[in-house]
Amino acid sequence: MGVTAASQFHVLAVDDSLIDRKLIERLLKTSSYQVTAVDSGSKALEFLGLNEQQPRNANATSVSPSYHHQEIEVNLIITDYFMPEMTGYDLLRKIKESNSYKDVPVVIMSSENVPSRISQCLEDGAEEFFLKPVQLADVNKLKPHLLRGRSKEHHPNSENRKDREEILSPERTRTRYDVPEVI
Amino acid sequence: MEVGQMQRRLVEFTKSLFMEGFLDGQFLQLQQLQDESNPDFVVEVVSLFFQDSEKLLNDLTSALEQQNVDFKKVDAHVHQLKGSSSSIGAQRVKNACVVFRSFCEEQNLEGCMRCLQQVKQEFYLAKNKFETLFTLEQQILAAGGSIPATEITSF
Repeated sequence: MGVTAASQFHVLAVDDSLIDRKLIERLLKTSSYQVTAVDSGSKALEFLGLNEQQPRNANATSVSPSYHHQEIEVNLIITDYFMPEMTGYDLLRKIKESNSYKDVPVVIMSSENVPSRISQCLEDGAEEFFLKPVQLADVNKLKPHLLRGRSKEHHPNSENRKDREEILSPERTRTRYDVPEVI
Repeated sequence: MEVGQMQRRLVEFTKSLFMEGFLDGQFLQLQQLQDESNPDFVVEVVSLFFQDSEKLLNDLTSALEQQNVDFKKVDAHVHQLKGSSSSIGAQRVKNACVVFRSFCEEQNLEGCMRCLQQVKQEFYLAKNKFETLFTLEQQILAAGGSIPATEITSF
C-alpha cells in the first residue's frame, strides 16, 4: 500500500485569523508536514466529510484495515479555540464523537491562558493546549502524537492508556516568558 | 553607502526596535521561519497584518461611534487585533490592545475612545518602523549583500 510508512503526516489547521493561519501553516511546513488550513470549524467538518446532517456510515471503516479514515487521511487537527460560530472546543467534541476521526489527535491553540478552559479541553480529549503565538518549540511537541497515531494504524488494538499518559507532559501551559527581556 | 555599512545600520535599527519595545521575541520566530524556499515570509506576514488591521481599526472606529455601542463587538475586534499583533511580535500594539480590552470589559466608552487613539498611534508607529526595516533590507539585497541574522545575545 505504501500509504503509511513513507508518506508525510497531514495536519488540518483551523483558525479564523488569516495571519495565524499563515503562521501555523509555515510552522507546520517547516516541520515537513503536509498542511490543509481552513478558516472555521464548519469548513473543517466539511473537509473531513462530517457534515451536520448525518454521521458517516460507521461500517465503512472495516473495509480497509490500515486506513480507518473515510476519505481524508488526517493525522492531526490543530485548532484555534476562539472562533465565531463554532469554537475549537465545539470542534473537538464533534471530532471525538465521530467514528472516523475520534482517534485523530486534536490540539487546541488559544491566546488566552484560562486554566479552566485548558483543563476542559484536555479532559475532553485534546492532546495539547498551546498558548499563542505558537512557536516552533510547540510544533516540535506534535511529533509523538503523530507517531503514536501512526503506530495505532498498524496496530489498532494496542491503544495504550499508559503510553498516552507518559507522553503527556506535566506542564500543559507553556510558561510565558518574554524573549528577550530588554530594559 | 557600502554593504557593510548598510548591514551595520540594519543591525542597529533592529536592536533599537527591540530596545524600545516595538518588537518582541515573536518577531525573531518569524525571521527563523524565513528561508530560501520562503524568502519573503516576514514581509508577507507583516504586510498582511497591516492590511487586515487597517480594516479592523476602521471597524472599531465605527463601532464606537454607534448610538448604542456594542462593547462585546468592540472587544471581539480588539481581541482579534491583539492576537494578530502578538503573532507578528508588534509588542506595543499588542500592549495597547490589552489596555483597550479592560475598558471594553468595564463598558467605559471614554476609556475605549482613548484606547482606540492609542492603538492607532502605536499601529502607525509600528508600520513606519517596519517599512524602514524592510527598506533597509531591500537596499542591502539590491547591493548584493545578505541580511545579517538578528542576534538576541547582543542586547
